[in-house]
Amino acid sequence: MEGMTFIVKNITRVIISIIFIFGIYITFYGHLTPGGGFAGGIMLACGLILLTLAYGKNMAFKKLSDFWASILDNLGALTFWLIAIIGYTGGYLFVNFIEKSNPFGLLSSGTILINNIAIGIKVFASVFAVFLALTIFGRFVSGFISTEEDN
Amino acid sequence: MLIYFLNSILFVMGLYCLIAKKHLVKKIIGMVVMEYAINLFIILIGYRNGGIPPILLPNMDKTEFITQSVDPLPQALVLTSIVIGLSVLALMVAISLRLYEKYKTFDMSEIRKLRG
Amino acid sequence: MLFLFYSLIIFCIIGSIIAIEARNILASVISTGVVGMGLSILFLFLGAPDIAITQVVVEIIVLIILIRSTVSIDNTAITKHRDTFAIISSLIFFGLFLVFAFMAFQGLPKFGEPLMTVSSEYLEQSVSETGASNTVMAILLDYRAYDTLGEATVIFTAILGAFVVLRSKGKKGKKEPDTVKFGIPNIDELSTRKSEEKKQKIQ
Repeated sequence: MEGMTFIVKNITRVIISIIFIFGIYITFYGHLTPGGGFAGGIMLACGLILLTLAYGKNMAFKKLSDFWASILDNLGALTFWLIAIIGYTGGYLFVNFIEKSNPFGLLSSGTILINNIAIGIKVFASVFAVFLALTIFGRFVSGFISTEEDN
Repeated sequence: MLIYFLNSILFVMGLYCLIAKKHLVKKIIGMVVMEYAINLFIILIGYRNGGIPPILLPNMDKTEFITQSVDPLPQALVLTSIVIGLSVLALMVAISLRLYEKYKTFDMSEIRKLRG
Repeated sequence: MLFLFYSLIIFCIIGSIIAIEARNILASVISTGVVGMGLSILFLFLGAPDIAITQVVVEIIVLIILIRSTVSIDNTAITKHRDTFAIISSLIFFGLFLVFAFMAFQGLPKFGEPLMTVSSEYLEQSVSETGASNTVMAILLDYRAYDTLGEATVIFTAILGAFVVLRSKGKKGKKEPDTVKFGIPNIDELSTRKSEEKKQKIQ
């Protein structure tokens, strides 16, 4: 899969940093404003998909190959499990054991922040891995778009 | 009352597309439309007339917030359901691509015929 | 406000009629994207900004996946016979279903006055017990975190299934296994290497 024209490459270079920062902001401030881990993770994956479409598949494999995508996925799920099991020291599963400080701040909600980050990483790696598997792994069925349907 | 009825019309149209069409991608689109109808129904149950979203802002009165906000519990359930729908759609499209490679067609009645 | 809800739902119904009955598959995929965006505006007016953000972003990924499955496929067979038995029986069933659904909706509370027996407790105590201002996130990740764990498992399993189905054909030629990348030597190669060295020493 080759990249696109010169104009698309230059505009992608400018816009992709804004997309990444916005995705990270929505993930981190999920306990204060609408958003959360799921929406933020999918936004990060959309940014990386834009990079793949504009620059070609070599750039995608350099940034995040399928091996590291599965490693990140498992790291996110294991972090979630770890926070759940550490909570056993408080009495039951998933105890919010970190101190809660001033309301409306960034560090104000204990384990909710860590859970948001873990889910954001997990969903980001999963959606990007599905995109790689569907488009780049050599399963192009040949021919062009003749999309008439059979009723 | 009428709004619940319109919502069930949307659900029934998605179900019709799943049953009565033969093209495999049309069946997948029917499932997607059915999912939209179900998520909308759950959020419609938790709506309050003239309600505000369930987010506490720094200078808001606490009792006024409790009597005026919409129900937050259905929204938590629907958030889960939307993301699960996405991943199940990825699995369905992967299976339909493999079926196309094996049988060279998307027509369901051709695929169903017993061969050999 | 109620007029706005009615017009948006009717917009969604018209969009889905176009998605079902279009002849070109690409046209019906684009039309279901439009239905999803209209639904996201409806969620915003129903007081759920969390859901609206998630629905917009998920709708974009749905469009990417569906367009991948319809574009670049050589598909020219057109068969014209309909399945009349399925159409007639489904229409009869749907008529019965709508009549019974209409009778069942009389039992729900009136639209606009929810019961909120459990949610009033969540709204009162979420800031003092969990410290999060967003009540929906506090429910998802503190009061009902077990459901989020189950959801993470379902997403993991479905994407694993998609990977397994789409793996490239056959494995001709040995690839080095993943453990070698981390520095752990492969046990089978160790034993074969040792036996080859012994044979060379004997010779």
